[in-house]
Amino acid sequence: MSPDLLKLIFGRLSIDSLPLHEPILVGTFVMVALGGAVLLGGVTYFRLWGYLWREWFTSVDHKRIGIMYMILGIVMLLRGFADALMMRAQQALAFGGSEGFLPAHHYDQVFTAHGVIMIFFVAMPLVTGLMNFVVPLQIGARDVSFPFLNNFSFWMTVGGAALVMASLFIGEFARTGWLAYPPLSNIGYSPDVGVDYYIWGLQVAGVGTTLSGINLICTIVKLRCPGMTMMKMPVFTWTALCTNILIVASFPVLTVVLALLTLDRYVGTNFFTNDFGGSPMMYVNLIWIWGHPEVYILVLPAFGIFSEVTSTFSGKRLFGYTSMVYATVVITILSYLVWLHHFFTMGSGASVNSFFGITTMIISIPTGAKMFNWLFTMYRGRIRFELPMLWTIAFMLTFVLGGMTGVLLAVPPADFVLHNSLFLIAHFHNVIIGGVVFGAFAGINYWFPKAFGFKLDPFWGKLSFWFWVTGFYLAFMPLYVLGLMGVTRRLRVFDDPSLQIWFVIAAIGAGLVFLGILSMLMQFAVSFLKREQLRDVTGDPWDARTLEWATSSPPPDYNFAFTPVVHDNDAWWDMKKRGYQRPLMGFKPIHMPSSTGTGVILAGLATAMGFGLIWYIWWLAAVSFIAMLAVGIGHTFNYHRDFDIPADDVIRAEDARTKLLAGAK
Amino acid sequence: MTVAVNPSQTGEPVFYLADEHPHPEGYSTSLGFWIYLMSDCLIFAMLFAAFGVLGANYAAGPAPKDLFELPLVAVNTSMLLLSSITYGFAMLTMQQNKIAQTQMWLAITGLFGLAFIGIELSEFAHMIHEGATPQRSAFLSSFFTLVGTHGLHVSCGLIWLVTLMVQVWKFGLIEANRRRLMCLSMFWHFLDVVWIGVFTFVYLLGVLR
Repeated sequence: MSPDLLKLIFGRLSIDSLPLHEPILVGTFVMVALGGAVLLGGVTYFRLWGYLWREWFTSVDHKRIGIMYMILGIVMLLRGFADALMMRAQQALAFGGSEGFLPAHHYDQVFTAHGVIMIFFVAMPLVTGLMNFVVPLQIGARDVSFPFLNNFSFWMTVGGAALVMASLFIGEFARTGWLAYPPLSNIGYSPDVGVDYYIWGLQVAGVGTTLSGINLICTIVKLRCPGMTMMKMPVFTWTALCTNILIVASFPVLTVVLALLTLDRYVGTNFFTNDFGGSPMMYVNLIWIWGHPEVYILVLPAFGIFSEVTSTFSGKRLFGYTSMVYATVVITILSYLVWLHHFFTMGSGASVNSFFGITTMIISIPTGAKMFNWLFTMYRGRIRFELPMLWTIAFMLTFVLGGMTGVLLAVPPADFVLHNSLFLIAHFHNVIIGGVVFGAFAGINYWFPKAFGFKLDPFWGKLSFWFWVTGFYLAFMPLYVLGLMGVTRRLRVFDDPSLQIWFVIAAIGAGLVFLGILSMLMQFAVSFLKREQLRDVTGDPWDARTLEWATSSPPPDYNFAFTPVVHDNDAWWDMKKRGYQRPLMGFKPIHMPSSTGTGVILAGLATAMGFGLIWYIWWLAAVSFIAMLAVGIGHTFNYHRDFDIPADDVIRAEDARTKLLAGAK
Repeated sequence: MTVAVNPSQTGEPVFYLADEHPHPEGYSTSLGFWIYLMSDCLIFAMLFAAFGVLGANYAAGPAPKDLFELPLVAVNTSMLLLSSITYGFAMLTMQQNKIAQTQMWLAITGLFGLAFIGIELSEFAHMIHEGATPQRSAFLSSFFTLVGTHGLHVSCGLIWLVTLMVQVWKFGLIEANRRRLMCLSMFWHFLDVVWIGVFTFVYLLGVLR
């Protein structure tokens, strides 16, 4: 075939795009291919495709979508953590003339992929998954406001993750750092597909995130059960509301800044170029206007989880509910006024830097208020040291440390010294792991019995906990030291042999965290095998306080046979205290949304379009785009998107629960 | 949210609704669509900001004074404003359940929208022909992107409009279609408001600069 024809069909994709010359990647590919073949073969052998498609992929049930988000987050955690291990190993080895084992162009991809994956495809799915699963249950609703949109959002997130994963074996990923600053990310310095994978992966996932934000705001505003006024909402729902407001108020900014970078790269415009009037620093400003709210998007729901966990396991009403709500709202607003602290060294002058330094320091006040609220909730409480509570305590210690180094970095003169150093790396891992990751693990251990009907095994859970916490401190405290000594981030080789010991300690820490992750996977497996022993028949295994624990574990498709009525902000606790009797008759048919495959198809087409654009396969992009329009419009011609769960089915489900509860007594 | 929160007749607290009705279809739609519009508004806000930063960086290339023909832009603006009025008429006739007239006003709205897009494209073609391409300077990059994004929105609105006309023709002015027409109405007026911003900040202030 002529080269022109080949180019027309495959764009810039060729056999040379496959990294066949890189033994690490070939090995990884073989492992992934084998694992994938076993998984797909297993699903085929056990004839699970129909079940998965009908009950999960096309499901619009917020609980199932939430669980799928969690699975995505945990799978991507493995990938993102593999990158972390490689970096730690490289930096521990590359001393005394050694080049380590990663060539520069590979190492640069590794640290970029690590950041992108951990933020967008681990932290975001974990947080979104928990909000999806928990919020409708907590507010006494049967689903979210727009169930189809919810399914579509999830698959768009998967599509983005799939593009980023594809870059591992087809072509390469960006070598720019996780925010892809121009001019480095512009076409002149990054002519390959790496930055394009970055752009389209994030754009596809970003659409999903924005829509899911709109969806959850509407759900919380419109679908609360009677009696649940705003100031009676559980704190997790409050933080979810604020987080989703932040999502809607910040993700469009990311969409625009990436779109402008796309135009620079594809069309040759001059937004972020050095010549023809472009301004690279505008990119840095714009992306941090999204980027700073993003860290609060991640951490606010974690704060909500810790609030639920602390009050449940202390057996007390949350201390200072009102101040907790106001602190959350104040953080939400302030998170928009601090973006410039990410680049004090830009040279915007003392007045601007002072403003942003001060706003940054002010954020520590509402955050500190929260910390005291949790402490006072525990004070004189009857604390049960179950797994969620252990993660919460680890969070409180770790996060205070990370918060203090954050306030230190907020002082512009100090930042001039520490900017881009390993001190910064230690700081943000300190708050993201200590806050978001520990929060997600507390949430997983807390709500797992609600989702699956059995608790997680405490032994492996505690093992995972101790490996993670000690591993974290070993891995990141040395980075504070190195940062204070002036070591900058993203270095591949080192000259000064006296630094090596710190990197070796950090690598050992990463190894411990790896054991923590393995223990967690083991915890899931063991819990599944021992599920009969760990079974939760009451629906309320922790003697908890909010409405999700009023349902069976796992909850029926319709969540609540009768919509609950709320009188107090710990609604379920109030019901238990005042002798609530579960209704046993009078069940009626329940109106629910129907499953649809449109979300999967649309997101698949969007991913194909992204792939076409990345590789300049224009026909693929055009065909996928037109198909998306056609499928999207076709979907609007379907006016019958609901069905009724017959009263008989409701009676059957509720009777089964009655029997279970009777057996439990 | 004020239903049945008081203790029942017997003094026992009510913990669930024995007799309830599902939320009507489209219960959250208008709120959801408003929030979507605000997120879209933010997209335009960013593009305006980019234009604000880069709008005077001509890179020794053409400036607004050399490029913009205000009479043409005035005609174009009137196309869009008229389309908003006619959309308003469509909504009024929809309230009166007059399908044929609703369809007619929607069609007229679509024609005005098409005229707007046509004039905009010819303006773009003319500028590019003169060498004022999006690649020429940061000013032109941000100009084409801001105005082009608006035009793209109007084009999407047109596709949506045609889809809704087909749906009204097939299924009549049923509740779902009324809701959809209402959403498109908000979208269409929103684009009008954005255009007022474009007209003022890009064209009028640009020529003054």
